[in-house]
Amino acid sequence: MPKELLNKEDIERIITRMAHEITERNRGVQSLCLIGIQRGGAHLARRLALKLGGIGGKTIPVGVLDIALYRDDFAVRKEQPVVRRTEVPFEISNEKVVLVDDVLFTGRSIRAAMDAVMDLGRPSAIQLAVLVDRGHRELPIKADFVGKNVPTSLEETVRVQFAEDGLEDRAVLE
Amino acid sequence: MSLKSKDLVSIRGLDASDIGLILETAAGFKDVLGRDIKKVPALRGKTTVNLFYEPSTRTRTSFELAAKRLSTDVVNFSVSTSSVVKGESLRDTALTIQALGADIIIVRHSCSGVAHFLADNLGASVVNAGDGTNEHPTQALLDLFTIQERKEAIKGLRVAIVGDILHSRVAKSNMYALTTMGAKVRLIGPPTLVPEALEELGVEIFSDMDKGLRDVDIVMMLRIQMERQGKGFFPTTVEYFRNWGLTPERLSRAKKDALVMHPGPMNRGVEIASDVADGHNSVILDQVTNGLAVRMAVLYLLAGVKG
Repeated sequence: MPKELLNKEDIERIITRMAHEITERNRGVQSLCLIGIQRGGAHLARRLALKLGGIGGKTIPVGVLDIALYRDDFAVRKEQPVVRRTEVPFEISNEKVVLVDDVLFTGRSIRAAMDAVMDLGRPSAIQLAVLVDRGHRELPIKADFVGKNVPTSLEETVRVQFAEDGLEDRAVLE
Repeated sequence: MSLKSKDLVSIRGLDASDIGLILETAAGFKDVLGRDIKKVPALRGKTTVNLFYEPSTRTRTSFELAAKRLSTDVVNFSVSTSSVVKGESLRDTALTIQALGADIIIVRHSCSGVAHFLADNLGASVVNAGDGTNEHPTQALLDLFTIQERKEAIKGLRVAIVGDILHSRVAKSNMYALTTMGAKVRLIGPPTLVPEALEELGVEIFSDMDKGLRDVDIVMMLRIQMERQGKGFFPTTVEYFRNWGLTPERLSRAKKDALVMHPGPMNRGVEIASDVADGHNSVILDQVTNGLAVRMAVLYLLAGVKG
């Protein structure tokens, strides 16, 4: 039986809170840009950018990153991961990049994402914002901004769905 | 998502969803090629061998760059300086290369069926870079990618393939690929070079170029293969140009926004006029750029098929 972790209103509140946290930590939104990891992170990044823009009074550049080509599990996967578009239509060198993902789990996606970002330029800093941190890290990676910490077992999965994909905003534990 | 076979030997072995997957994956790689760092670590640790028994600059270079940008190690096996001149058989050469640890073998040969033979005999992935007069699958895939980039849907387009169909592996691969994706194909050329039997594949055949080009969306020119001529298929190159060369006047029969394509290398003034080759309908250089992205997609996807 899937257990609801976050509903539409929860997600909305979390995005508002994270936008304020990001602004506070960076003392404003100067030289800040957001990069969402395909696919869930991309939706979150766009929403977060709108919110941040509202707070900071300027448009925040937002891009999407595909990490398929940077994964570390080619040898053990049955199929090649689907290659999607990376669209980061702005210069990231000397900017502060906030990586955005929906669920933080082993940390391997974030490792791949950091390598992918480094191939696009040399940001002055990379920070990490996630909607759900479910634990079980396999790498020394920690999120700077967390929507909700959820203790999970390895057998469970956390699924986040978004209105952008034609579904209702929610996060569930299955 | 993955392809079903470890090899890419012919377009005939692919269905519309395979072709769709390759084109979609290639779009992701085209992004990579536009960056400052045009390289991704996806196939780190793999080894690619270029085994070319026929002269080729662009295809070999394109495959080599594609493999390097995926971070594989690339070895170019040049037949003229190898044990092949000492009489080693094709199979032995290929087995030796495989024993050296090659994961992907890209082969071009003047005999039809060589890629198929190697695919059956090797555990490594085999990519056909042109076998005799049979197929050149990556060329057809890059042509499709180029068409899709400009025209969005391939389905329903009218495509004319013009020239020496008989000897052209590019024409054959394109014919299969285009009809699989729902395009309407016309073949245009001298009757000596366009086998009538091809009508069975659902294509139309024209010997009158002005009629054949009427209202087409794509004009795909083929290279007159001087090295495969000399058997009197047409009298002279001058006469060939007069009847089947693509001139601005001829091109005006096609749709106004028709794309002009050519797999290269071009014989300017034989099959295509310079004005057309360099004109605004021409996407010939796009084809070259897209070839890199498509070959990266093919290598990437084949590497995902577990033997």
